[in-house]
Amino acid sequence: MSVRFTKDHEWIKVDGKIGTVGITQYAQAQLGDIVFVEVPAAGKALKAGGEAAVVESVKAASEVYTPVSGTVKEGNAALPDAPQTVNEDPQGAGWFFKIELSNPGELDGLMDQAAYEKYVEELSH
Amino acid sequence: MRYLPLSETNRRDMLAEIGAGSVDELFKDLPKKALASARFDLPKTMSEIEVERALGTMAAKNMNCAASPAFLGCGNYRHHTPASLDYIIQRGEFLTAYTPYQPEISQGTLQAIFEFQTQVALITGMEVANASMYDGATACAEAVAMACRVTKRNQALISGRVHPHYRDVTKTQMKFLDVDVECLAPDPYGVEDLIGRLTPDLACVVVQTPGFFGHLSDYTALGEACHKAGVLLVVCVTEPVSLGLVKSPGAMGADIVVGEGQSLAGPMSFGGPGVGLFATREKFLRQMPGRLCGETTDEDGRRGWVLTLSTREQHIRREKATSNICTNSGLIALAFSVHMTLLGEAGFKRLAELNHATACDLADKLEGVKGVKLLPSAFFNEFAIALPKPAVDVVEALAKKGVLGGVPASRFYPTYPELANVMIVCATETNSAEDQVKLVTALKEVLS
Amino acid sequence: MTLPATASGHKGLQFEQNLIFEQDTPGMTAVDLPALPTSKQRLGDVKRSGSIGLPGLSEPEVVRHYTRLSQKNYSIDSGFYPLGSCTMKHNPRLNEKMARLPGFAEIHPFQPVSTVQGAMELIDTTARWLTELTGMAAVAMSPAAGAHGEFCGLMCIHAAHDANGQAQRNVIIVPESAHGTNPATAALCGYTVESIPANDEGRVDLAVLKAKLAEHGDTVAAVMITNPNTCGLFERECIEIAEAVHAAGAYFYMDGANFNAIVGRLKIADLGVDAMHINLHKTFSTPHGGGGPGAGPTVLSAKLAPFAPVPIVVKAAEGYAVEEHAGFGAAKQALGRMKGYHGQFGVFVRALSYMMSMGADGLKQASGDAVLNANYVMARLSSELTPAFEGPCMHECVFDDRFLKGTGVTTLDIAKALIDEGFHPPTMYFPLVVHGALLIEPTETESKAALDQFVTSLLSLARKAKEGRAAEFQAAPQLSPRRRLDETKAPRRPVLRWTPPATDGAKQAAE
Repeated sequence: MSVRFTKDHEWIKVDGKIGTVGITQYAQAQLGDIVFVEVPAAGKALKAGGEAAVVESVKAASEVYTPVSGTVKEGNAALPDAPQTVNEDPQGAGWFFKIELSNPGELDGLMDQAAYEKYVEELSH
Repeated sequence: MRYLPLSETNRRDMLAEIGAGSVDELFKDLPKKALASARFDLPKTMSEIEVERALGTMAAKNMNCAASPAFLGCGNYRHHTPASLDYIIQRGEFLTAYTPYQPEISQGTLQAIFEFQTQVALITGMEVANASMYDGATACAEAVAMACRVTKRNQALISGRVHPHYRDVTKTQMKFLDVDVECLAPDPYGVEDLIGRLTPDLACVVVQTPGFFGHLSDYTALGEACHKAGVLLVVCVTEPVSLGLVKSPGAMGADIVVGEGQSLAGPMSFGGPGVGLFATREKFLRQMPGRLCGETTDEDGRRGWVLTLSTREQHIRREKATSNICTNSGLIALAFSVHMTLLGEAGFKRLAELNHATACDLADKLEGVKGVKLLPSAFFNEFAIALPKPAVDVVEALAKKGVLGGVPASRFYPTYPELANVMIVCATETNSAEDQVKLVTALKEVLS
Repeated sequence: MTLPATASGHKGLQFEQNLIFEQDTPGMTAVDLPALPTSKQRLGDVKRSGSIGLPGLSEPEVVRHYTRLSQKNYSIDSGFYPLGSCTMKHNPRLNEKMARLPGFAEIHPFQPVSTVQGAMELIDTTARWLTELTGMAAVAMSPAAGAHGEFCGLMCIHAAHDANGQAQRNVIIVPESAHGTNPATAALCGYTVESIPANDEGRVDLAVLKAKLAEHGDTVAAVMITNPNTCGLFERECIEIAEAVHAAGAYFYMDGANFNAIVGRLKIADLGVDAMHINLHKTFSTPHGGGGPGAGPTVLSAKLAPFAPVPIVVKAAEGYAVEEHAGFGAAKQALGRMKGYHGQFGVFVRALSYMMSMGADGLKQASGDAVLNANYVMARLSSELTPAFEGPCMHECVFDDRFLKGTGVTTLDIAKALIDEGFHPPTMYFPLVVHGALLIEPTETESKAALDQFVTSLLSLARKAKEGRAAEFQAAPQLSPRRRLDETKAPRRPVLRWTPPATDGAKQAAE
C-alpha cells in the first residue's frame, strides 16, 4: 500500500502487518545535519502518538512518535553509527523502526501523500 | 561616574538622533505610579578610595587564615596558590569573555576547557568530564538526578561519610521530584555497611573519599556489588589534591565522580565561588548535565574546539534538558586547570605527599595531647578527633588564642549529641611546623 | 593580497598553540615544594599506583601557553561585545582588588562566626542593597547563578503552595519568548509548562494570559515572565498581569535577567512581583569569566520569604549570626539548602564594590545610559536593518531578517562577517519568536564613538548583502584565529578529551 503521514512529519509504509516508520524529507530539512539517532529496541510495545525514537541535529532535538500502535519488530541498527543517512535518504535507508500493527484501522486517521504535501505547503507560508 | 563614558553632549546628540526629548521619555512603558513612588534609601556614588576604605574596614574585621594558624577543611581547603595562577586568570581575555558560543573568537577558553575536561577525567580515573558545575554540592545533586535518568529508578542512598552540605543540597534539589533520598546517619567511626543496603530499586549509592570525617576507604567491593544490582556508584571528592596519592574513584568502579575543585583553584573566599567537577563513563554521555567542549576542524582543516552535544542543554531541550544549568564556573575551572598544569604529574603527586606527610606529622603531635583520640586510622590531610569536652567551646577558646584549630562536627549535626566532642582538623602544605606547635600548645592549654 | 604560508603555522601575532598534553617533559613541574616532614604514612590500603597521565611543564612554558590561549579570545576588555540578554558591560578592576583582600579571600566558611563578622556584614550589606533596590521583603543569597535563582524562586513558590494546602498547583505559565532556563527550571520542580504566545507588539497579551489562567484554574502555580522581556521591551501591563495572576491564586515570578534596564528607577515590589533572581554578573558588573561564576540572589515577597533556603544571616544586638539548618530558628520553614557554604561570597564582594562605586544615583544613570545606547543603535541601524518591534526599546534592540530577504545572506552570515569587522556578534536566533533575530545589547559602558564604529560596520554589511555579495559572507570569518568550525562532526564522533596517540606497536597490534 501507499505511504501515510502524520502532522509530526513521520511517514509509515505498511507491508502486510508490518509498518516501516521514518521522518519525512521536510522534517530532515528542518532539522539540518543530523548527528544522533536513538531507535527503539525490538519487542517494545508502543501506543499511537507515543515517543518511539529520538533524532538530534546540532541545534535541535526532537522525538519521533509512532504513527500507529503495535510492537517494535526491529530498530534500524545502522542509524546510530551513521545518522547522516536520515539526511541523505529519509524515506529509504534512513528508516527508524519496523512495527507490527495492533490496530491497522489507525492508518485511516493519517494523511496520504497529497494531503501531506498540501499540509507542508501551508506550513511554509 | 567613572564607569559611564557618555558625556552630556553625547546624550543630547543621541536623543536628537532617536527623536526623543529626554531619557525619561524612553522609559514611558514603565508604570507611572511605580516610577513616581520609587525612593531608594541608599548611599550616593563613591570614589575608589572611599570604596576601598569601606570594604577594607569590613575585611579587617575578619580573622584571616593567611595571618593566623588555621587547620580548617570540611570541603574547603587552603592551599598555596602559585603567583602565575592569579596572573593568568586575571588576564582580561579570560576574565571578561562570555561563554564561548562563537568558537572562531573563543578558541582560548575552549581549548582550556578541553584541557580541563581531560585533567578531570585523568585524576578521577573516568572517561569523560564536563566543563564544570557550580560547586561540589550541586554537582552531587546533579549526579543523583543523572543516575535516576540512567537507571530509570527513583531512590538514592547517601552515605553518612558524605559532606553534609552535599547531602542537604541533594535532598533539597530532589524535594519536589519523585525521588526518595535516604541519608544515613553521620559515620565518624567508619563503620556503616552499604553493601547490605543495596536493593534493586536503588538508582545510586553516594559515597565520599576521603570521607567527611577523614576516612580513606576502598569502595571497589561496593562498586562490584552495586553493578550486580544495577545500581550506580557515585563518588564525591571534596579534596582533589588527595587524588595525587590515593586510588582514583574510577579505579574503584565509580560510575559518576563529582567533586569540588576549589582546593586547587585559588582562595577559599568564604566557600564560594568554587567549581563543581563532574566525570562519568562514556556510555552515560548523553545523560550528563552541563556544557561539553569537543574537538573538530575549521574550514581550512585546522584543529579547533566547539561546545558540543548541546541538545542535552536547556537552551535547546528546554523542559526536557538534563539540567537547567546555564552559567557555570568557567573562570574557577580555568584556575583549577592552570594549577594542575603548573603542578604536572610530578608536582601533583608531590603536593599530595606533602599534604599527607604534614597531616601525619600533626596527627602524631595531637595524639600526644592528653584526652585527644584520632578517629580514622587511614586518612589523607584531614581527620576527626574526639576531645574530652565540647568541640564548639574548644574551637572558640582556640580562636581567642589566635588559632583556627578545626571545625566542630556539631556545626553540621546539631541534633547528634554524640558528636558534640568531635572536631575535624585539616593540615595542608600551608601549615608550617611552627603553626602546628602553636595549635598543639594552645589545645593543651584549652583542655587543661 | 593572499597571506603567506608560514613554516610555523603562526601568523605574526596569531600563534598556534598545542595542547598541554603535547608539551610534556616527563618529570617537569612549575611548582617547587618544600621538603617533606618525616612522618609515617597512614594511607591504609588505598595508595594510588601507576601514572596519572598529566603532562609536566615549566613555569615559563605554562605562562606562555595560557597567554597565547587568551589571545585567541574576544573579551570586553578588548572590544565591543553587544551580546543581547547577556549584559557584557565593563568589569571594574576595583572589584577584583576588593575580592582579593586577605580578609575576604583568605577566610574559611567554617571559621567560628565570631571571627568572620566582617564577612557577615558584607553579605548583609549586599542583601540590603538588593532588597532596597527592589523593595522586596527578603533575599535568598545562596543561588549560584540565574538559573539557580529561578530554581530557588520556584521552590519557594512550591513550598508556599504546599504550606497553604494548594499542593495541586503544578502548572507554570511561560511566554514563548522565554529563556530555555525557565521551562528547564519548572521541570526541576516537577511542574509542567504551558506557553503563551506574544502579541504583535512583542509583549504578553493580557487577554490570552487571562484565558490561560482560567483554563488551568487552581492548578496554576506561577506565571514566569522576563521583564524587560527578551524582545527588549517592557511589559507595560505588568501590574495588571500581576493582579490577574494573584486573583488566580498563583504567584508572579519575574525573571530578572534584564534588571539592568530598570535598576534605580522603580521598585519591582510595586509591580506586584513575588520573586525575582538578580544576575550579579549582569546587572552588577561581576565578570562572566568565560562562562561563570555568577551569582543569582533571589528577592522574595513577604509571602515567600519564610521559605528561603539556608544559610540565613541574622543581625542581632551582639553581632551577626547565621542559621545554617532548615527547621531551626530564623530558618524554621526554610525549604532546605541549595548550595554549599555561604553562596558565591567572592561574587558578592565584587557586586558590592560596584554598587558602592555607583551609588543609587549612578545606578539610575547606568540604566538610563544603557537604554539610551540601545535606542541610539536601533535608530541608526533602522535605515538598513528591519527592527522587529516598534520602539522605544529598553536596554537591547532586536532586528529580524526581513532586510536579508532574497540576498542569500543569513543572520549567521552577518554575525560571522561582524567578527572580521572586529566585533563580537550580537545574540542570534534568539528570541525564538523573532525570525532570524539579531539581539543587540550595547550596555551603558560603551562610548558613543564605539557605538558609531559598530553601526558603521553593520550598516556597511547590510548594504553589501543587498548588493548580492553573498559569497563573501559565506566565507566569513577569514581574519579570526579559526574560520567556521565543523559543528556537525563534533557531536557525531565526540572527542571530549585528549588521549595519547597510539604508539606504532599498538597500531600494529590493532591491525
